[in-house]
Amino acid sequence: MKSLLSGGLLTLWLLPLLAQADWEVNMTPGVTDISQEVYGLHMTVLWVCVAIGVVVFGAMIYSIINHRQSKGHEAASFHESTTVEIIWTVIPVIILISLAIPAAQALVKMEDSSGSALTVQVTAYQWKWHYEYPEQEVEFFSNLDSKSREASARNSGIDPNEVDNYLLEVDNPLVIPIGKKVRLLLTSNDVIHSWWIPDFAVKKDAIPGFVNDIWFKVNEPGTYRGQCVELCGKDHGFMPIEVVALEEAAFQSWMQEQQAAAAAKAKADEQTWEMADLMAQGEKVYGTNCVACHQAKGQGIPGVFPAIAGSPIATGDLAPHIDIILNGQAGTAMQAFGSQLSDADIAAVVTYQRNAFGNETGDVVQPADIAAARQAGQ
Amino acid sequence: MNAQAVEHADHDDHAHGPEKGLLRWVTTTNHKDIGTLYLWFSLLMFFIGGAMALVIRAELFQPGLQLVDPVFFNQMTTMHALVMIFLAVMPAFVGLANWMIPIMIGAPDMALPRMNNWSFWILPFASTLLLSTLFVEGGAPASGWTMYPPLVLQTGAAFPMLIFAIHLLGISSIMGAINIIATIMNMRAPGMTYMKMPLFVWTWFITAYLLIATMPVLAGAVTMLLTDKYFGTSFFDAAGGGDPVMFQHIFWFFGHPEVYILILPAFGIVSQIIPTFARKPLFGYSSMVYATASIAFLSFIVWAHHMFTVGMPVEFELFFMFATMLIAVPTGVKVFNWVATMWKGSMTFETPMLFALGFVIMFTIGGFSGLMLALTPVDFQYHDTYFVVAHFHYVLVPGAVFAIMAAAYYWLPKWSGHMYNEKLGRFHFWMSAIFVNILFFPQHFVGLAGMPRRIPDYSTQFADFNMISSIGAFGFGLSQLLFAYIMISTVLKGKKASDQVWDGAEGLEWTLSSPPPYHSFAVQPTIK
Repeated sequence: MKSLLSGGLLTLWLLPLLAQADWEVNMTPGVTDISQEVYGLHMTVLWVCVAIGVVVFGAMIYSIINHRQSKGHEAASFHESTTVEIIWTVIPVIILISLAIPAAQALVKMEDSSGSALTVQVTAYQWKWHYEYPEQEVEFFSNLDSKSREASARNSGIDPNEVDNYLLEVDNPLVIPIGKKVRLLLTSNDVIHSWWIPDFAVKKDAIPGFVNDIWFKVNEPGTYRGQCVELCGKDHGFMPIEVVALEEAAFQSWMQEQQAAAAAKAKADEQTWEMADLMAQGEKVYGTNCVACHQAKGQGIPGVFPAIAGSPIATGDLAPHIDIILNGQAGTAMQAFGSQLSDADIAAVVTYQRNAFGNETGDVVQPADIAAARQAGQ
Repeated sequence: MNAQAVEHADHDDHAHGPEKGLLRWVTTTNHKDIGTLYLWFSLLMFFIGGAMALVIRAELFQPGLQLVDPVFFNQMTTMHALVMIFLAVMPAFVGLANWMIPIMIGAPDMALPRMNNWSFWILPFASTLLLSTLFVEGGAPASGWTMYPPLVLQTGAAFPMLIFAIHLLGISSIMGAINIIATIMNMRAPGMTYMKMPLFVWTWFITAYLLIATMPVLAGAVTMLLTDKYFGTSFFDAAGGGDPVMFQHIFWFFGHPEVYILILPAFGIVSQIIPTFARKPLFGYSSMVYATASIAFLSFIVWAHHMFTVGMPVEFELFFMFATMLIAVPTGVKVFNWVATMWKGSMTFETPMLFALGFVIMFTIGGFSGLMLALTPVDFQYHDTYFVVAHFHYVLVPGAVFAIMAAAYYWLPKWSGHMYNEKLGRFHFWMSAIFVNILFFPQHFVGLAGMPRRIPDYSTQFADFNMISSIGAFGFGLSQLLFAYIMISTVLKGKKASDQVWDGAEGLEWTLSSPPPYHSFAVQPTIK
């Protein structure tokens, strides 16, 4: 009866593997030399554990089958042996040393970030990533893709299976060249986050007030995905990481596009905008930056995140509204967006918030107003 | 263990019987009453914490958000952990200590009976404070039970309630630990030398020191959070010159010994049960004691393996990796000794033995994944994924919780005087053992495949194993209703249990009647 049950147990474990062979059950070997070394270590220690398990559980099961009262087995009376104790202390120590040596060697290699060809500054926010290439003067935010965002709303009615790379797709991925040692400098703007791409075998926390570094040298072009792995609040599960690794030439042309786009964006701050354009742009900015907390209809989450619909800030004086968006609210999840968004984007989102969700104040805010508010705040 | 009472106390002397009515339980200073209170309290909390786990597993049954919002999901993961650790598993072990330690060492009661009453009665207040956060503005704490700043500082009205609940729980634990140490050091019957104490007493003795050493550290850490939030200090705020990582160092200096607080008494329980049903003395008694002490010592120098990804100097990482790997040695010795105890025994497989054997196998599986996690380079891949969730649930559920259940089946006939229904008990074991594996084994797979922990929704490639895991969770949860039924029905009525209960059992508890007199060992037993 018991062996039948344990047999059933084993089948239950294995059944999913048999039914559908592409169910992923193991770590990825990844696409860097380091990740493959880590994978090798993982498999080694796994097989060491399996081997020890076979010996220990084998002895246990043999004993359970044979040394039982119902088979008339009489109990022996031995209860100590210093020799045996020494043997099963020394053997594990030897096994552990043999595991510790390659692990230590790998670790020392992983922690040596010297001699990198490209440095990217990564700043984590609740709940997005900011990437900056300081030497190339290119920077952008990386948010959860809008399709995943819509599908992940509670009872959205959208089947996640219909969304490509559900919860693993971003609007602007980090782009890196292959074959070069890329170093990331990680920090955070608010709470602790953690940056992880399983295919690179790098994971490091982004901590406010600290700069951590990691590095990787990707061997094959491709798109590699990961997620934030340190609980960082409400949308911890919704700030994926996407890295696109390109051949050197493709990387260079991507970089030039980015630099051109940055110049165009600077121009937008100089213009005077029509209300309709502000509203359209504001809706976009809101959907990327505000919706996670303040929700799609501006209703907020009572007791956690305040509503914008009918709020005193969004319907009252203009100055405090611009101020809270520029400078955030200390001690809450409300960030200082002044450092994250352009004047035009802030003008657009303020206009949007003051005229959407039934707030119909009729106010129109121009990029110049934001620039003035920034000036006044200094 | 040769401990045998050569003369029995006069069991008919009931001059100081229990009070009548509800007041008996409020004012009691009797270790058996207090032990009973602890155990029922912990059973209740086990179901509350379990219900929270089922909310989590129900949401994770399929991708997409169906049942709860991410904010509430995070509240559930946080509260599930706090309730299970501080309100279910720890009180269960203290309850067992209260019941068994005086009886096992031949003492009439705990050394500090009034403080004993207080240690228990703090718990209902602390748990009410903690659980009522679910109903305040902003909801319960949602920063994980580890309470890392700065995230924890974003907690709403629940924040001070969380801190004060932890203070209260800490006070309760420290008093319980002081009491256990005072009892063991001062109240042993003549002849009960340290190296004759049952292993359950030994493991609790060591656990009590861990509690005294670490609970004040936790209290200090959370107090610093409190002043950071309300009194303008910057212990953990980099903008004010503080260090958010320092919290993690302090927390895990508490947290890792805490892990062993949750498992060492389980080692003790299993070391009592396996010899009984193998009808053979425990193999390597003294090495078991030394192994327990070694594990306790090592627990103080491995804390940073919980935080390998915060960015430490490589020398520190190497130290903590080596120290962590060392724990496998004394832990291995314990497992080998249990197997050697079974070897050439004359085994029977009543419910307590089944749970104890389930413990040895599944705790060892959790130990294997622990060894894997110890290797820093690979830990970078495992850290904060479901692999870690699978690891610590293997050591805590079929580990600590199975040991508590084994103890409940093993000693319930002694406590209540009634024998439980053996068929039902075995059925409960098999249901639990099968479902706990369906629940937690697939979590290794999704973790290795890259699913982070503490997320309310996941990418579709993790869907199938999550569904299996959720089915296991509901099966496991429902099976525990059977446990509650068996416990309650046995206490109320049942076949009369003999004083010896188990034919292979040794130790002073079996020299007492079943149930034992309200005041046992009014006359000291003498130990051979």
